[in-house]
Amino acid sequence: MSINVLFFARYAEAVGFDSLEMEGDFATVEAVRLALASDPEFAVLNETSLMCARNEELCSLDEPVQAGDEVAFFPPVTGG
Amino acid sequence: MAIRVQAQAFDPGAEVNAMHAANVGVGAVVSFVGYVRDFNDGLDVAGMFLEHYPGMTEKALAKIAVEAEQRWPLLKLEVLHRIGALEPGEPIVFVGAASAHRQAAFDACAFVMDYLKTRAPFWKKENTSEGARWVEGRHSDQAAADRWK
Repeated sequence: MSINVLFFARYAEAVGFDSLEMEGDFATVEAVRLALASDPEFAVLNETSLMCARNEELCSLDEPVQAGDEVAFFPPVTGG
Repeated sequence: MAIRVQAQAFDPGAEVNAMHAANVGVGAVVSFVGYVRDFNDGLDVAGMFLEHYPGMTEKALAKIAVEAEQRWPLLKLEVLHRIGALEPGEPIVFVGAASAHRQAAFDACAFVMDYLKTRAPFWKKENTSEGARWVEGRHSDQAAADRWK
């Protein structure tokens, strides 16, 4: 299956781009994170303060993922 | 309920006045305005850039506003957040809560800000005297949000 992965703010700077299309079987957001974080280029995704969203809603790492989903990883938010 | 995410500057006074202009049943308006400071964590700040997650930002703010409306008897609730480049002294965020009596407006305004700080996808990058840096999240913000659970 194919999913779209987005990075924001410091994470986008760390990996060098804002988005990427991933092919593979991912049961959860955590599976997506692990698949990426095995590559040193995505080491920033190992930060314990990482936040994530699925289809534009905050979620936990055990959130299930389906084909066509948009999964986003980002550092703690700092608005307001 | 009104949610606005915009690059344009806004006038907080005009926003407050508009909170009750259309409804004389409003007896209380509580508003919060957040401003860009010229100093943070030991460094002078010349300005900042507010990045966000288009699409999710509006949804996240709407979800917070809906939850506030479910918890308190509000007559109007407005959330306005700037994005893009901002200078010291400029308003970043406005939250206005209107109700018949003050307590609901006080509580709803604080609730929306506490949740916005921890759940709305905005990130500040400051231009400091020592270069650009991303603002780090604060544990105190999470503690503030947790008190509404």
